[in-house]
Amino acid sequence: MRRNWKARWVLRLVALMYLTFLLVIPVGLVFWRTFENGVQPAIDALTNDSVLHAFRVTIIVALWTVLLNTVFGVTAAILLVRHRFPGKRLLSAIIDLPLAVSPVVVGLALILVYGRFSPVGGFLQDNGFQVIFALPGMVLATVFVSLPLVVREVAPVLEEVGVDQEQAAWTLGASRFQAFRRVTLPAIKWALGYGIVLTLARALGEFGAVAVVSGRLVDKTQTVTLVVDQSFQNFDQTTAYTASMALALIAIVILVVINLLRRKQPA
Amino acid sequence: MSLSRSRKLVGLFLALVTVAACGGSGEDTKSANAGNGAPALPGAQLGLVAYSTPQEAYDKITDAFSATSEGSKITFTKSYGASGEQSRAVESGLAADYVAFSLEPDMTRLVKKDLVAPEWNANPYKGMVTDSVVVFVTRKGNPKNIKTWADLTKPGVEVVTPNPFTSGGARWNVMAGFGQAVNAGGGSEQAGVDYLKSLFRNVSVQDDSARKSLQTFTSGKGDVLLAYENEAIFAQQKNQPIDYVVPESTILIENPAAVTRTTKSPAQAEAFLKYLYEPAAQKIFAENGYRPVVPGVTGPYKFPTPSGLFKIDDFGGWTAVSKKFFDPAGSIMADIQRGNGISVG
Amino acid sequence: MPLPRVDKGTALGVGVTVLWLSLLVLIPLGAVAWRAGENGMGDFWDAVTTPEAAAAIKLTVAASAVVAIVNVVMGTLIAWVLVRDDFPGKGFVDAMIDLPFALPTIVAGLVLLAIYGANSPLGIELAYTQAGVVVALLFVTLPFVVRTVQPVLQELDKEMEEAAASLGASNFAIFRRVVLPNLIPAIFAGTALAFARAISEFGATVLISGNLPFKTQVAAVHIFGQIETDNTTGAAAVATVLLFIALLVLLALDLLQRWVARRA
Repeated sequence: MRRNWKARWVLRLVALMYLTFLLVIPVGLVFWRTFENGVQPAIDALTNDSVLHAFRVTIIVALWTVLLNTVFGVTAAILLVRHRFPGKRLLSAIIDLPLAVSPVVVGLALILVYGRFSPVGGFLQDNGFQVIFALPGMVLATVFVSLPLVVREVAPVLEEVGVDQEQAAWTLGASRFQAFRRVTLPAIKWALGYGIVLTLARALGEFGAVAVVSGRLVDKTQTVTLVVDQSFQNFDQTTAYTASMALALIAIVILVVINLLRRKQPA
Repeated sequence: MSLSRSRKLVGLFLALVTVAACGGSGEDTKSANAGNGAPALPGAQLGLVAYSTPQEAYDKITDAFSATSEGSKITFTKSYGASGEQSRAVESGLAADYVAFSLEPDMTRLVKKDLVAPEWNANPYKGMVTDSVVVFVTRKGNPKNIKTWADLTKPGVEVVTPNPFTSGGARWNVMAGFGQAVNAGGGSEQAGVDYLKSLFRNVSVQDDSARKSLQTFTSGKGDVLLAYENEAIFAQQKNQPIDYVVPESTILIENPAAVTRTTKSPAQAEAFLKYLYEPAAQKIFAENGYRPVVPGVTGPYKFPTPSGLFKIDDFGGWTAVSKKFFDPAGSIMADIQRGNGISVG
Repeated sequence: MPLPRVDKGTALGVGVTVLWLSLLVLIPLGAVAWRAGENGMGDFWDAVTTPEAAAAIKLTVAASAVVAIVNVVMGTLIAWVLVRDDFPGKGFVDAMIDLPFALPTIVAGLVLLAIYGANSPLGIELAYTQAGVVVALLFVTLPFVVRTVQPVLQELDKEMEEAAASLGASNFAIFRRVVLPNLIPAIFAGTALAFARAISEFGATVLISGNLPFKTQVAAVHIFGQIETDNTTGAAAVATVLLFIALLVLLALDLLQRWVARRA
């Protein structure tokens, strides 16, 4: 597009004003409150045993969530964009639906089906596999609330990229899997990157649904967000903000890594 | 043998007898450190599921219990959260040996599901392990000089309280206001309802939980916050800039605790429950702002006994009160909330 | 040229996806709907039409609609600025976009209350109003449209824009006729997500809204209140209604997207 400095500055200003008031100032306040009492209390808060254990739990749950969501997301995106089948519109809407479920209902829903007093949950638990109030239930809840994130990142790009290159690969004799690996995957990798970052960020910060299905067992099923909530409850402002800041930093680092990888390889 | 020597021998003999007697009666709950000298119970891990405010107290009490000879082989897993949510978690299958909630309906829920025995409140303390009262929390120095329930309904006074439909514990606030008006009005229930109407006209915010309402208050909103004494004390311990007033007429908050039916270690769980009524444990509760249920236990805080103290039993107990006041489909509080919503909105 | 119809592959893909969706989403949500109807349709209808429920649902849907629309404009604009513009600190801002997801909602609520509440240092007092609810929802939905549009913008072939520019088209025309059509799927995808998330949000809105019944109580809190008062059936009923509304809006957005795409 032609260089229009006025338009460029207007857009830039509007975007930055919006982001400043909605994002930068609130996040800045989190940062400020983390170090309000000095650096040492913040460090002490982070190195507390329960907090460290919570980070372990959060990261395990987040990694499982990213893995499951990525596989599902890419599969569903390809299905929705490249294939035709009855009920496709409904399937697409259902994939977004989990986001519309409020946290306490997510917990209720999962407990109704996988809880100890339900047929499925009871059977699983009697055979040694506890879902609710244990890690698998927490992974389920986190996957639930982040379900559409990878799909919705990858699908528009798949549509944008178009099917030409894949068709070319097919006519040249490549198998579907080869075409997928060598043509499709590279085309969507940055969208996939964003999808993974979003899913990871969501998994790190998820509170409501996980709170219900975790049982809040200290040093067992507490995630960082649960520790933040507990710290808030106990007027431990430093721990609450420090732990939140740490979550934010993890999300930022992952994104920066992905952006760096992007810059190394031209599109 | 000289007289002093024989006295020493008698003294020594008596001491030995006393120690032997203490050691023999591990069930003696009257002595100051029962459990000391009692044989260690077989090792077990007890699941403690409690509401959030006594967390620090329970952490100390479980440590103290594990330090006694009786509890030396016992460890704990702990879970703390909002009382209603914890109760529902146990109802949904969260494994627990000992449960403690902030009000009785959260225990009744488990009795209905057969997870707690119906005789849980058969002990001399009616199953309650700590007490508290509803107080007025004000800004430091009480600048608006809020002292009585009548002050809360004065025009221009902003009252903060959690929403009694989302916070089970907040119902104590409502019943305190209701009860004191009934008693002041010579037993007239209408006086109580009228008071609640005027009170809630002054309620400017109804956060979903007690802790959040305190946060709202300390962030600058409102003139007075209705809260429980133990939470006000805890907040002060954590340097929150507040004061509190114990009104002359207020309700006695009673917090239930029990051992579950599903416990795999009943002996150990019962021993822990018994320990909670020991002076040592009750003292720890007192240090955390709770009123002990066992007489004679004192702590660093003055717990003034209001002259007009009443209990939930005076109004028929929680089962009746929940139906009459807090049924969202139709009840006194539902009507009051609607009345304020529609007329103001 | 039509896609090669390898039905076995499609069928397998659909089968696996539907199985996963069933285990994770459909059966649990179905259980909620079933619980909602446990006492019959009469009770279901009663639970959903109480003044509190109606007010909460109305507020939630209206606020979510506002938030979705704002996000369409601002999300696209921000994505544009982040991809096509360059200024010092851009990387910094870009990295922060995902933070509304990563920050626990209680902390988001606390800082929003501190900034836009009773003692606002900016002098902007939005707490305890419906505007406060909207601001909190804008915060938690910020990443959606921005992040769905960004990768598409990055992927866009600039040649067509340059060709249009060399042919004398104005910037606005280029945007409307060359760029925007390619962004439509992404914008709609992000908007649908933003709307869905806004409908269900609890934590971030609760502190700043003051949770006043009939005025600023969102549906998620109302549902929580129903559960707290042992009215799980009523809670499930309201949740089911919200799900229906969400499903309708999602399907409508899908239709709208197709219509807009055809016109562009």
